[in-house]
This record gives sequence, C-alpha cells and structure tokens, in this order.
Amino acid sequence: MTVEASGITRRFGDAAALDGVDLTVREGELVALLGPSGSGKTTLLRVIAGLEGMDAGTLRIAGQDMAGVPARERGIGVVFQHYALFRHMKVADNIAFGLDVRPRATRPDRAEMTRRVAALLALVQIPDLARRYPDQLSGGQRQRVALARALAIEPRLLLLDEPFGALDALVRRDVRRWVRGLQERLAITTILVTHDQEEAMEMADRVAVMERGRIVQFDTPSALLDQPATPFVAGFIGDAARLPCRVEGGIARFDPLPVAPLPAAVPDGPATAFLRPSELLAEPGSGATVRLLRPQGGGDAHLVVEAGGLVLDARAAPGSTLARGDACHLVPRGGRVFPTAG
Amino acid sequence: MTVRAIPGFGLSIGIALLWVSLIVLVPLLALAVKPWEMGLAGVLRSLSEERVLASLALSFGTAALAGLASLPVGLLLAYAIVRLRFPGRRILDGMVDLPFALPTAVAGIALTALFAPNGWLGAPLAAAFGWKIAFTPAGIVVALVFVALPFIVRTVEPVLRDLGRDAEEAAATLGATRPQALARVVLPALAPALVSGFGLGFARAVGEYGSVIFIAGNMPMVSEIAPLLIVIRLEQFDYAGAAAVGLAMLVLSFAVLLALSVLQRLLRRGRA
Amino acid sequence: MSAPFRSAAEDAPWARALLALAAITIGVVILALPLAAVFTEALRRGWGVLWAALAEEDTLAAIRLTLIVAAITVPINTIGGLAACWAIAKHDFPGKRLLVVLVELPFSVSPVISGLVFVLIFGAQGWLGPWLQARDVQIIFALPGLVLATIFVTFPFVARTVLPLMQEQGREEEEAAATLGASGWQIFRRVTLPNIRWALLSGILLCNARAMGEFGAVSVVSGHVRGMTNTMPLHVEILYNEYQFAGAFAVAALLALLGLVTLAAKTLLERRGRHA
Repeated sequence: MTVEASGITRRFGDAAALDGVDLTVREGELVALLGPSGSGKTTLLRVIAGLEGMDAGTLRIAGQDMAGVPARERGIGVVFQHYALFRHMKVADNIAFGLDVRPRATRPDRAEMTRRVAALLALVQIPDLARRYPDQLSGGQRQRVALARALAIEPRLLLLDEPFGALDALVRRDVRRWVRGLQERLAITTILVTHDQEEAMEMADRVAVMERGRIVQFDTPSALLDQPATPFVAGFIGDAARLPCRVEGGIARFDPLPVAPLPAAVPDGPATAFLRPSELLAEPGSGATVRLLRPQGGGDAHLVVEAGGLVLDARAAPGSTLARGDACHLVPRGGRVFPTAG
Repeated sequence: MTVRAIPGFGLSIGIALLWVSLIVLVPLLALAVKPWEMGLAGVLRSLSEERVLASLALSFGTAALAGLASLPVGLLLAYAIVRLRFPGRRILDGMVDLPFALPTAVAGIALTALFAPNGWLGAPLAAAFGWKIAFTPAGIVVALVFVALPFIVRTVEPVLRDLGRDAEEAAATLGATRPQALARVVLPALAPALVSGFGLGFARAVGEYGSVIFIAGNMPMVSEIAPLLIVIRLEQFDYAGAAAVGLAMLVLSFAVLLALSVLQRLLRRGRA
Repeated sequence: MSAPFRSAAEDAPWARALLALAAITIGVVILALPLAAVFTEALRRGWGVLWAALAEEDTLAAIRLTLIVAAITVPINTIGGLAACWAIAKHDFPGKRLLVVLVELPFSVSPVISGLVFVLIFGAQGWLGPWLQARDVQIIFALPGLVLATIFVTFPFVARTVLPLMQEQGREEEEAAATLGASGWQIFRRVTLPNIRWALLSGILLCNARAMGEFGAVSVVSGHVRGMTNTMPLHVEILYNEYQFAGAFAVAALLALLGLVTLAAKTLLERRGRHA
C-alpha cells in the first residue's frame, strides 16, 4: 500500500497547519512524522485518515484519489493518541466493533467474529483480557487493544498518533520494539507521528522532519544525522548545541569562544555550527569552566561547561581528569556548519 | 472541500435548526416586531404609563434585592456543602435544588401559607416585629429569594470544590489568620462565580410569575409585577401593549446580564 | 497534653459548628418549610378529603391534560436537544456559539413572555389569528397552544444537561468509530449514546418535571377553561382563588411529590454517572 501526498495544505483561520506537504510512503514501509508540537504532524495524519479536510493538494492511497472519500470508507487503521477506546464496551466488543458495523452482507457471523477477536487478542498478546473494560486495563494493555481494534478491519494502512506517549518510559521502549516487530511481520504500511526523536530514529525506515506545516527533510535516520538539510534539522536531531562562528577558507573559527577551529565546507562569512554533546570534547585549558559533571563509568564523563556566557554539553576528553570548577577549553570532533542567512 | 470526520452532521444540524427556529427564533421575532405596530410614539406612551413604570421598577428592584440577599445565604450553603461534614449534609445538598424542581404555583401557595398573617412564619413575625410579609413587596422578595438561591449555590459550589485547599494552606504558612485567608484568598476566587450566580438568579427572578402572584397581593402601583401587567394587558386584548412591556423586560434584563458579564470579566482579569 | 491536629485550611471547631447550624437552619426555613406547609395543608382534613379532592372530575381532567402536554413536549425537546448537542459537540460549523446561545435563551425569558409570544402569533389579533379563525383552527386557548408554550419553556433542559458532558468527552471515540467504518447513526447509537445515557435521562426527567409543573407560560395561553384547558398547576390556582384550599393543596401536594421524585432520581443518576 503506497501513500502519495502532494501539495497538501490545511488552514485553521489564518494559520496554515499544513503548507504544501509532499510525502510518498512506499509499500510496507514505516515512516515517522517527527517534529515539535504545532509542526503539523498530527494534522497530516488526520488528513490521511480522512478526519480532517484539506484546503489544497491531492492524496492518493494505493493509487486511488481520496478526495471525497470519508474516513469510514478509507479502510485505514488508526491508533489514537489516547487510544479512544469505547469506554462502555468490553475489550472484545471494542475489537469487534469495526466488523460489527459492516452492512449485513459483508458482516462476519458471530462465530467468525469471536474467532477473529480471539486471534487478534492472541496477536497482541493479551488473550485473557477479552471480558475486561478499558478502565480496568493498564496503559500498555490499552495500547494493545487499540492496535488490535485498528487491525481488526484488516487495514491497508496503519496510522499511529503518538502511540507511546501515554506509556511510562520503562514500558515504552519494550512496546515500541514489539510494535515494530509486529509491523514487519504483518508487512503493513505504517505512518507514525511522534515528537520523540529517539522513537522515530529507532523505529522508522524513513523519517519526515516537520517544521511549521512543512516537511523540511525526509530521509533515513542516518542521513538525517549525517547530512541535515537545514539548520532546523541540524539543531533538532541529536540535541545539538548552536554556536556562532565565522568561516574563513574552509575553517570555522569560534573566537572569542574557547573552541578549537573546525573544518567547514561552506563559503566564507558568518555561520552557525551545530555540535552534539558527543562531538565536543573538553580538555584542560583556559577560557571555559566545568560547572557540572556526570560520570559515565570507565573514566568517561558528561560535562556541562560554561564558556563566554553559553552553557554547553560536552564530553571529557579521554584520559583527562577534569573536575567541577576546573578551567578547560573545547575541541569539536565533528559538526555541521551552515552559513548564517542574510 | 470540507471533510467531516464524523458523519451525520447534515441531519443533526437540520433538526436542530428547525427546532430552534420554530420554537425560539420566530416567536421571539414576533415579540420584537409586535410593539412597533403602535409606532415609536405609541410604544413610548405605552411604556411611560405610571403603572408600567411602577411594575418594571418593582420587578427589577425586588429581583435585585432578592439576588443580593441570596448571595451571602447561597455562599454559606455552598461552603457548608463543600467544606463541612455534618449530619444531614447530603439531604441539604439535595434540597438546594428543590426550587428548581418544585412547580412555581406550588411554591407560591406554600410560601403564601407560610407567611400569611396566620401562617407558621407570618404569625410570629407579625407578633414579634409587627412585620407584614405576605401581600406586600416584602413577600415578593421572599418568593424571589426562594427562586434565586439555588442558582447561586450551584454556581459557587463547583468553583469552591475545584479551588481545593492549597491556596488556603499556602496563606496559612505565610502567616495569614483564618479570616484573612478566607477574605483574601477564597472570596476573591469565588467572586466571578458569585457574579454569574447572581446574574442567573436575577434573570430568573425578574421574570418569575407563578411563585410571586400568590404572595404579592397584586395591588397596582404597589405590588403588581411586570409579568402580571403583561397578562392583564393580554386579557384586555392589548397585544401590542403587552408585547411592549415584554420587550422592555427582555431588553432591560439583557442589559443587566451584559453589564454583569463585563464585571465578571474584570474580576477574572484582576485575578489572572 | 497536645491539641488534636487541625489542618491549616480548616476552621475552628466552634466556627464549623456555627456554620453548619446556620446552613441547616436556612435549609429548614427556606427550603423544607414550604414543602412541609404543602403537605400539612393537603392533609389538614385527612386522607379522605385529600382523595376526594384528587378524584374530582375537573382535577382528573387537569391531570390527564398535564400528562398529554408532557408526553408531546418531552420527546420533541429530547430529539431537538440531542440533535443540537451532537451537532455542537461533535462538529465544527460557523455560528456554533450563536446556536448555543439560542438553545439556552428560553431560560432567561420570563414564562409569561414565553406564553405571550405564541399569543402574538396565533392569538385572535395575532399574525396568523384571522387566517386560523377563518379555518376554525384553535391554537391559543387549546392544546396546541399549551404544548407550544411548554416546549418553549422546557426547551433547554435536555440540551443543557447533555451538552457539557458531550463536549467533555471529546470526539476521539466517535472518530475512532468512523475510521472503523461506522455510519453516523451507528456512531450515535453505539458510541455516543451509551456514554451520555445517565445525563440524558436526568435531562429528560428535569424537562418532564418542568413541563408538568409550568405555570406562567401555560397560564397565558390556556384561557382557564375548567376540565378543558386547565393543567394541574392552573387548576391549583383556580381552586386556590375559589378558596377551595383542600383541593388546591391536594393537587399542589401531587405536584410537589413529582418534584421530589424528580429530584431524588436526578441525584441518584448524577451519582451513577460519576461512577460509570
């Protein structure tokens, strides 16, 4: 099942929640929509599901134009952010709902429905919870029910809206690995909305980074890390620090900051460098001060360094014995440099 | 192109609009149009009759008095229901809604029986203070307090419940005495709710008819409320005159409600 | 010896006792005494007189008429109210806030004006009066007028009780049902309705209580024809003005009982709704 969106625009009043979005999702692929809140990722998901209209653009699913096709006829499975389980129905009835509302001609009979519900419960590994009500379940169990309910209609496409957001951190990691495994096994094309980059990077084949209603880069996780297309992506992915610098002859210089120069393939002039904590090494020296220190074991340490009024995350250079309050200077081991616009 | 996520909008909005138009919009339009059959001069003459002015003053005056009198009483009841634990609290809680549920005519004859010169409350009040309540404007205020009280309690109660005790505890840790905490922390937080409760109670009281006409005595110029005057004019087939009084009542009470909502916004802003 | 611990946000014991006493006194004087007066007056001459008063032909006619008016009014306002709530809570459309205001408007209109507006339209000198008279159709001083005035007065009850709950419950469940292929009616029947059933029932009860107990609005459109266009509250007035206090308070007691039952049911439903 492929999804082809082009030029999708959605306005709420004057503000454009989606501003000409193009996105192509391949058969069987898991694509993550990643962005800060308000970047339009949930709106895009709702447009694809048919829960939100669009003011311009076209949307094709499996080659078929979705204009005028209501949500109920799209056959897309949606797992909502807070699961939206029917609170007055038992788990089994929740899962059977999509089959039960079909017109009589295509509705499976009782026995078949029971069989399918049992199979889905087994698939999501909660075979014993059929008779429970949603408020008797834990967050992780509810999430599994929501997934089973969406899968019950044998969707061509699965949409997940922040599906792990309501889970606590410990459960979240396990559940998302399990979901990814299930998605691969069922080979179902899936779009995932998340604001958690770790989640997007770990689960997705490709990640679409969204900013203010646009997709600013759509690429594999490693390409996003290595070749960010815009300063926004460079800053957003990998929690990079943003340092002003000046490029002269292919070298970025940070004076007056106590940061060693960095090779940069951009034209001469003012620029901004994005450095991840792991790329910034602190060595004994002068100009900067170690403010906080978090040992990582094996002599390694994560530092918070103050330099020229900036507070930066850095790592202690191997073998250095920096302590809180020590003077140091910083050596970038890598980083991405963008010319400052204007 | 509009996509409706949830189907069924057309039918539901169709029914709703038909229902609202036929039952509310068209009839109120009739009220807005009818008086002008007399022309502007006719409307002004009709409304400036002494008896009309007296009845409007009486209706709005007694409603305002009743609303004001209900404020401390309603506040006390709400505080007792939310904050105190005493035997009969839940019964009291349920009883507060009684004026909502009791038909107004029943309330009217009941209050009249209570406050009549030989009634359970009327007799002792007359003996002790020489007060005459039933068949005077005082009786109207009593009936309107009965009508307005639940609005105040039910508006203040949820706000008081949501308020929690954090703010008061904070006030206490900062050295405030209990009365200081109540006056400077709790009361200001309840002020917008008190205003809106007053507004609801007032709006209901201004137009109240059933519980008032039995106890009022209905003397023209003294204890004749505006709704009664509408009925009287209708009985004389003076439709336009009746509509003029009705329209005047509506316009005046919406003006009062508008002023109250401005006041409420000011109170909210002061707090935020 | 240490004093028992008292929370900083709690009043002194004497203050609490005083406040509770004041609240109970107010409750008894303002709320309970009128009710007691009705039942005392109704039973002043014993159960026999009470029954006789209720079994009188005009009284029975008034009870019958009241039931008929309520039986027409309540379903109309339930369907209209539900339709309005569903449209407002589950959809977006321009003019939504205006619709909410209009739905609540009848609450701030005097009952007498609620009756008046229909007299202005259908009365002898109203807009449609001559036309109706020529065709011998009676609206005012007849059942249709009573029903119209009652619908106006009880218009907001169902909508006002249900709307806050529907809005609070949001749209996610309905949207989920739509993605699973349910039609509008299926969504309403199987997802929305079960979630609002207790509030709906409570709204219907309140609507019914007011429909049966309404006085001012029906008084204007009724014409007070005994045995014909007299509802129970109007009958109370007629008997009272004729100094037939036993009969007046007997009917009043019946209405008061209706109010009490409604109140009790509403309280139970609210408790139930909170747990469900």
